[in-house]
Amino acid sequence: MANMNKFKMLCVSATLAAALGGVSAATHAQTVKIDGSSTVFPITEAVAEDFQKAKKGAIRITVGISGTGGGFKKFCRGETDISNASRPILKSEMAECRKNGVEYMEMPVAYDALTVVINPKNTWIKNMTVAELRKIWEPAAQGKITRWNQVNPSWPNAPLKLFGAGADSGTFDYFTEAINGKSKASRGDFTASEDDNVLVQGVSRDTNALGFFGYAYYVENKAKLKAVPIVEKDGKPAVAPSLETVINGTYQPLARPIFIYVNAKSAQKPEVKEFVEYYIRHGEKLAREVKYVPLPAKAYGYNMEVLEKRKLGTKFGGENKVGLTIEDLMKMEAKL
Amino acid sequence: MSDTAVRVQEIRALIAAHKRWDIVFGIVGLLALMVGVLTFAVLFIQMVIDGAPRLSWDFFTSFPSRRPGQAGILSAWVGSTLVMLVTAMVAVPLGVGAGVYLEEYAPKNWMTDLIEINVSNLAGVPSIVYGLLALSLFVYQFGFGQSILTAGLTLALLILPVVIVATREAIRSIPGAIREGAYALGATKWQTTSDHILPYARGGILTGVIIGMSRAIGETAPVITIGALTFIAFLPPAPVSSEFPYLSFEWIMSPFTVMPIQMFNWTSRPEAAFQHNAAAAGLVLVVMTLSMNALAIYLRYRLRKNLKW
Repeated sequence: MANMNKFKMLCVSATLAAALGGVSAATHAQTVKIDGSSTVFPITEAVAEDFQKAKKGAIRITVGISGTGGGFKKFCRGETDISNASRPILKSEMAECRKNGVEYMEMPVAYDALTVVINPKNTWIKNMTVAELRKIWEPAAQGKITRWNQVNPSWPNAPLKLFGAGADSGTFDYFTEAINGKSKASRGDFTASEDDNVLVQGVSRDTNALGFFGYAYYVENKAKLKAVPIVEKDGKPAVAPSLETVINGTYQPLARPIFIYVNAKSAQKPEVKEFVEYYIRHGEKLAREVKYVPLPAKAYGYNMEVLEKRKLGTKFGGENKVGLTIEDLMKMEAKL
Repeated sequence: MSDTAVRVQEIRALIAAHKRWDIVFGIVGLLALMVGVLTFAVLFIQMVIDGAPRLSWDFFTSFPSRRPGQAGILSAWVGSTLVMLVTAMVAVPLGVGAGVYLEEYAPKNWMTDLIEINVSNLAGVPSIVYGLLALSLFVYQFGFGQSILTAGLTLALLILPVVIVATREAIRSIPGAIREGAYALGATKWQTTSDHILPYARGGILTGVIIGMSRAIGETAPVITIGALTFIAFLPPAPVSSEFPYLSFEWIMSPFTVMPIQMFNWTSRPEAAFQHNAAAAGLVLVVMTLSMNALAIYLRYRLRKNLKW
């Protein structure tokens, strides 16, 4: 009998919980909701952490990881205040936002330098040209380019083991765009993973491996990997990825800006505005701390201007642009 | 005489050969068992070595952080616990109710057969499907949002078939004589069920519920689908307060994260120190699951011992 009472109690409390829960929904006015790219996540997380501490918990920040595309889906439905994006908003996403009356401000917050890496025991690579990378990664290379000497006769006759970002990531989109000239166009016969640590492991264990992933993963694993200096085109010097070369714009074409998109209506709420201001003011220091390449100082001033003057829209017109420096970006006109 | 001796020899040889097969099978069986056990042991030991140094009071009472040394699992374990609470509150009454109905009340016809087949099939549906269903139904249709309530309901659906099947198995194991005895004394169906069937089936039902729960606590896919967060540095509002009306159910609509998501996020970070955090969180999760299973075994033992019929 006691047992039955327990069952009854459970039933009642479950119903009660559901009913009361529904009534008291969404009573937290002071929450800033952020979602989107996993690449931008570490920076936003750092900002959110410090901001909440500075505000002593008066303003709450939540950050999710749905990927850039998934993030924009929620953002354009008006569910989130800020969207993390490792690439500019696409035409289809712009249309979705327009349909739902969501207007936004676009702010670059840091650089992510895609790094081409090889095993430290690899002695034959001093640098690589974009043309060579393309020969390896273009869709036509599938099943054909399988040995190093097929790319460059001066390289040894050794198997070529490839590791790269998975097809759902913004990293993959940008790399294929920058190297093969078309987003998502790539050979398919390589070890792909959304988890960059898997790629780090793969390249560090195989002398004949070649891979690419975000700069932060290279920095953390410098002892196990070697970064390949990249020659953008013939006649240009080989440039290795580093804070300096990315900031001064010489590491091309694999350095890309990453963004936050702020819902214009949300930005009128004091807690969102305050958070974005905090993001802009502390972004440089925090980006550096989580091993990303910060933008030049003036870019943060420019972001503040976007926020103050409410410059709405994107500067990319719905397309990924390769090899853009922050100066180029600041000169462009934003459109919704 | 010598003839009998030869026959005895033959029989002995036959017995010896059969005993050899016994031993061979024993060894093969042991090896098969070891594959599973050793794999788990190696993984677990690796995790203990990686994660144990990170386990401290602070680890349980800190929010996630970009600094691996300061990061903790407070929001994750609180989230997991609350989600499990909702899951249990929903799955137990629904699952037990359905199980009792199917065993004791349902007429034996094609309709019941169809339901039974469907319940068994539901147990095999991939968990991501439940996540997608919940996303459109609970998150958008019912407007529950990305809340603890949504997650709890989703995982409750996920383990419902397990609870139903366990309830039915437990009820079926009760001798028919008990029911007949109750009926003979003039008890109604409900009296028989509530006073005899359910109390006797309690052990089996509890075991099923807890096994279902320990599956649910490790689920990641459906919880990510409905929009659990990755960074959240505050707790849901407390259910009990010192002001009127004392009880609050606001927590049920709060955003949340759970242990597996926190772990997953840490494993994909570049800094090696986060891998230790992930291992430590994994260790906590495994201990949570194992202790739930241990509780199930203990309860089954206790309740069976008290059974007298």
